[in-house]
Amino acid sequence: MIRFLFKGLIRDRNRSLIPFIVTATGVMLTVVFHAWMTGVIGNSIEFNARFASGHVKIMTRAYSEYAGQSPNDLAILGTDTLTDLISSEIPEMEFAERIYFGGLIDVPDSRGETRAQGPALGIGIDMLSGGNTEAERMNIPSSLKSGGLPRNSNEALLSSEFADKLGIIPGDEFTLVGSSMYGELTMHNFILSGTVEFGTTALDRGTIIADINDVREALNMFDATGEILGFFRTGTYNDEEATLIVNRFNEKYSSPDDEFSLLMKRLAQQNNMGFLVEYSGKLKGILVSVFIVAMSLILWNAGLLGGLRRYGEFGMRLAIGEEKGHVYKTMLMESLIIGFFGSLAGVALGMVIALYLQNHGIDLGIMMKNASVMMPQVFRARITPETWYIGFVPGFLSTQLGTLLAGIGIYRRQTAQLFKELEA
Amino acid sequence: MKRLIALIIFITGYLSLNAQYPDAKKLLERIDQNMSSENRVFSSSMIIHGRRTTHTVKLRTWTAGEEKSFTEYLFPVREQGTKMLKLEDQLWIYSPSTDRIIQIAGHMLRQSVMGSDLSYEDLMEDNKLTDQYNAKVTGTETVDGHQCWVIELTAFVTEIAYHGKKLWVDQERNIPLKEEMYAKSGTLLKRTELSDIQRINERWYPKKIVFRDMLKEGDGTEFIIDEIEFNVPIEDHIFSKASLKK
Repeated sequence: MIRFLFKGLIRDRNRSLIPFIVTATGVMLTVVFHAWMTGVIGNSIEFNARFASGHVKIMTRAYSEYAGQSPNDLAILGTDTLTDLISSEIPEMEFAERIYFGGLIDVPDSRGETRAQGPALGIGIDMLSGGNTEAERMNIPSSLKSGGLPRNSNEALLSSEFADKLGIIPGDEFTLVGSSMYGELTMHNFILSGTVEFGTTALDRGTIIADINDVREALNMFDATGEILGFFRTGTYNDEEATLIVNRFNEKYSSPDDEFSLLMKRLAQQNNMGFLVEYSGKLKGILVSVFIVAMSLILWNAGLLGGLRRYGEFGMRLAIGEEKGHVYKTMLMESLIIGFFGSLAGVALGMVIALYLQNHGIDLGIMMKNASVMMPQVFRARITPETWYIGFVPGFLSTQLGTLLAGIGIYRRQTAQLFKELEA
Repeated sequence: MKRLIALIIFITGYLSLNAQYPDAKKLLERIDQNMSSENRVFSSSMIIHGRRTTHTVKLRTWTAGEEKSFTEYLFPVREQGTKMLKLEDQLWIYSPSTDRIIQIAGHMLRQSVMGSDLSYEDLMEDNKLTDQYNAKVTGTETVDGHQCWVIELTAFVTEIAYHGKKLWVDQERNIPLKEEMYAKSGTLLKRTELSDIQRINERWYPKKIVFRDMLKEGDGTEFIIDEIEFNVPIEDHIFSKASLKK
């Protein structure tokens, strides 16, 4: 029976081509859209997590109130033992201490006086204790534009654009003028080990990255850190699990009466990331619903048109005694075949486009030029296991739904009228 | 007729009320005689009460007129040897740990010194009030048992950190016991309390000033003059960049 119907569909392309194209196009669009949105949202979430918020972040309660200003006078103290303790209590996460700071980068002339100067945003991360976990997490090795990573104490990286503006190259010395955690003016000399370009305006405008212990020395922050960032060992953010960890941690360590007690926040509670996280969770549902409704309407219409075109054929089949139910069933079987192959073709085509967008991405740097939110400049699609079926299932189902609705007309045909219709 | 009598009573009352107040400009001159000098050399301690900790910074400062100032940090050890030179609106800082002289931009002069409630301008400038403000005596109040004139000052120069000031000036010693500093918008920026007033040579001078930056949290900064000399000869080379590295 299926073979018979299949042959019919192949030989009579008018019967199959339009529904096939409609299904394939819809599925392809869904696959590409899903991969693109997953990629864009995922890129933004992970980018923020890696550079700023972590999957969870620990601060003092006082610090968290002004976290955007990195108020290191309100930093966490006693971090020598604290981070190890937290790591043992929350083994599903990896913790990293970071110090974010602001300051001036001052470049000396031959007499040691100011030649060039510019404001900088600084990040102190673990770069010298062995292993490059933090550097790799922040994608620093592959963002190197010149020179290399800091290998010795008092070496630092500057964003490439900033170094060019200041007129310095790897090997040159510069001074960080900052403010200690006690508010004192501090100065510390660094040697430029290399320059980096992240492709993000917020980071490329004026960033200094140095080993956290050098930053501690520079800012008089011994045994202290501004923030402790936690990352799931799986590498991806899980809001439900993060919520459980945050609640457990805050119950133990946080007290509203003590402004210097610790407070943990999950990614979704920081930098207005909540919307993205929520949207990311609902994306699948939104896509599937929109697709099924839209495609069903289109295919219903296509089915009606097909039904009209095959009006005579159905009339003849009913007139020679074929059951209405059987005609209806064969229509559904045909749409099953069209739905299956159309969806398959749509998935294949969509995956090719999604793969291209995943590997090459689209540079939206111009749109992100003055963005205050930390966003990557090049957005890429992301193919997940979901991408494989997110279009196929609704594509297949909507073809059926469309035919189910269009085929109802068969039951309205009156046997008594059939020969009159055929004569006409 | 009734209106005329009322007007006469009002004018007489107003004039007699004002007659009780001294001339504001003369009062400012008397304050300047106490607080300002051709030059001064002083050692001071800043006890900075931060939100979390209290720390002390000790300084020695040479000031000549309104535009030259040189400060050396004596304590804590980490800051020892750090020097600052201010010439007009330019500031250079030398730190021995980096062996660098760094020029700080003009607007940084209004930043906090070492996390205290004082700005570089507060610490390093000695401007006469009469050169910057118009004054009006608005009333009398008692501060710490001393009868004070309340004076409101409005700046007539543009490049100034505090557009307005309100002073409570001791009527006997002609020295402010309390000050409030305002931005042009009317926002209260700082509040100071001056105490331990001592007779030094021919002037009254406060040996302790508590600064409170109203825009930040913390319990203020005690600025204590440990030693002060007025109008002593200061060699010119002190106010040169060469002296920063000495």
